[in-house]
Amino acid sequence: MQISRSLKNVILIELFVPITLLILGIYHGLMQTIYRSGAIHQTSAAHLDYYQGLTLHGVINALVLTSFFAVAFGHATMAFYLKREPNKFVSWLSLILMVTGTLLAAWAMLAGKASVLYTFYPPLKAHPLFYVGAALLLVGSWVPLFNWGVLYSRWRKEHPDQKMPLAVLGTLVNFTVWFVCTLAVAYEVVVLLLPWSMGITSGVNVTLARTLFWFFGHALVYFWLLPAYIMYYTVLPKVAGGKLYSDLAGRIGFFLFLILSIPVGVHHQFSDPNIERGTKLFQSLLTFAVVVPSCITAFTIAASLEYAGKKRGSKGLFGWMKKLPYLDSNNYLFAYLICGLILFIFGGLTGIVNASYQLNSVVHNTAWLPGHFHMTVGGPVFLAIIGMSTYLASTLTGRKVFLPRLNVIIPYLWVIGILIFSTGLMWGGLIGEPRRTNLGMTYLNPASSQYHPQWVPTTMLALAGGIIMTFAGLLFFIVFFGTVFSKKTIPAQLIFPETTAYHDEKRIAFLDSFKPWFAIMLITILFAYIPAMYQAIRNSGADAPTFLPYNPSPGSK
Amino acid sequence: MDKYEKKILAITGGVIMLFLFSLLYAKVSRRIDLPECTPYSKIYNEPKVVKLDKDLYQVFVVAQMWQFQPEEIYIQTGSTVDFYLTSKDVVHGFNIFEKNVNLMAVYGGINKMTVRFDEPGTYHIVCHEYCGIGHHNMEASIVVNSKGAK
Repeated sequence: MQISRSLKNVILIELFVPITLLILGIYHGLMQTIYRSGAIHQTSAAHLDYYQGLTLHGVINALVLTSFFAVAFGHATMAFYLKREPNKFVSWLSLILMVTGTLLAAWAMLAGKASVLYTFYPPLKAHPLFYVGAALLLVGSWVPLFNWGVLYSRWRKEHPDQKMPLAVLGTLVNFTVWFVCTLAVAYEVVVLLLPWSMGITSGVNVTLARTLFWFFGHALVYFWLLPAYIMYYTVLPKVAGGKLYSDLAGRIGFFLFLILSIPVGVHHQFSDPNIERGTKLFQSLLTFAVVVPSCITAFTIAASLEYAGKKRGSKGLFGWMKKLPYLDSNNYLFAYLICGLILFIFGGLTGIVNASYQLNSVVHNTAWLPGHFHMTVGGPVFLAIIGMSTYLASTLTGRKVFLPRLNVIIPYLWVIGILIFSTGLMWGGLIGEPRRTNLGMTYLNPASSQYHPQWVPTTMLALAGGIIMTFAGLLFFIVFFGTVFSKKTIPAQLIFPETTAYHDEKRIAFLDSFKPWFAIMLITILFAYIPAMYQAIRNSGADAPTFLPYNPSPGSK
Repeated sequence: MDKYEKKILAITGGVIMLFLFSLLYAKVSRRIDLPECTPYSKIYNEPKVVKLDKDLYQVFVVAQMWQFQPEEIYIQTGSTVDFYLTSKDVVHGFNIFEKNVNLMAVYGGINKMTVRFDEPGTYHIVCHEYCGIGHHNMEASIVVNSKGAK
């Protein structure tokens, strides 16, 4: 379909800004593997401190890139499937808020005034503008939801008997989860941290702030993931050459994510004081319920791929795996999405380890954790984002993909890099290697009395993987910017590969309406989080004053 | 829903039940658990090692930018230690990986974990939460020997 120049520009800017910043994000990803391996024993390189760079790496890659992309992809799916454009004012307002927020936070980080990592746990204090920037980015990403809700209800009035398109369901579920979970972090940032960082309030309850952060933080990972899930259900079966095995499975999966994404956040705080064991156990058990939509998805997508392989003439039980279009450069979205799925098998399994109450004590805050989440947010999420960004940039502007043969091998290189990198990190984690640590200064410095030689092979593996990943990232930048800056040769349009369902079940009212699910979502959240918040407040001692990363005395300026 | 979907749902349910059973079995029957939640009290702000009985110690650890206090802890082989952990400033981590003791040190919070040391040797405590520019220096050790002293 044709879309207005305004909407096209909004979407393109929302791809261009974060992908440009990603150059810095990926650069410091590589630098971390170098510092950590002990190849250099320095606190900073090229005027960028290790922890400052780590903050940039987390904020750019995990917050900025993902939020901008989710909004851009949301605009595209809503416009395409509802055949209605989002409101011009609202979409520009959202974009301006997000860009302003990103610039403020980027200034604070680059000036070295906010080296607090992307989790910004108090009482480590950042510059107030870092908090303002984070809040603007979040609020800017909410804004379109209310407009999309209006578009959807108008569509509903005109199509009372039709099932809502699966991609629309996925997008609305995703942004509803996002809106609800960011309320908690917005409260943390705006009410607790901002006045405290400006010296208006004298203290902050650290456990409460952490609990509010993780109320947001685990739903955040589903906010990263759901755009990729939408592509798995609505794009992948088509580009594989088949059909979606079951449309109903997708709907059930998305609604389960709506209910279960938030009330599981305490599983990031199993090692925290002040929250009682019963609350932690309850949320651990709830986390296992999230395994259900992931298993439904794994089965449905595998069945869809099997169907596609059989349509392409495969034989035998596993023959379909050989028939899929892995290296078809005209059909590169298949390569990006299948590579993400391969990584997600390991990402999902290691995630179950993290959620498993006692087992978490083996891996909590060790290098295992980044090993795990580079196979989720650095796996299916990242590959879906960069693949779809190239796709949208190419189709919306009418430019052919630059170096298509190269483009199609990027995701495979990335998979190889990640698998080596994550193996190193997870192995290291199991033998006590900490995450978020400039290991080269002490633990991997043979001249230091704190030398831990058992982490040499693990950090070397991570370095090798990191180099391959950076190379794949570099190729992506060449393809993406090459596409954007090439000449217009094909018609510009908003178009997605559209999948039909193999089992297209009848409309079930319960699975075609948000209301009952909102109610269940709210009740589950209250059940899980009232005890956690209450304990965080009741069991805590005095509120903490501010501390700067380079000064152990409280309240320092 | 076709028959394959029903099968896969049943398998998913079965696997999750197995996971949950293992988790609860480890908790209830083997008594492997998360840290104990202890209401806040100022007495834990003073670092100390107290030998309560011939094989029972109480250790109050205070984490601060960028060291643990006490920095070296001597324990007699075969003893049980109750660790009480808090932070004087930012969030710190406390990981004795050989023992799967994995705690966060939080201002205004007391974390408690009980652990038994049967094997003599030196156990490292590594801070595994970013706590500022000196984070990578923050390590302490527990020396387990037959004397329980230097």
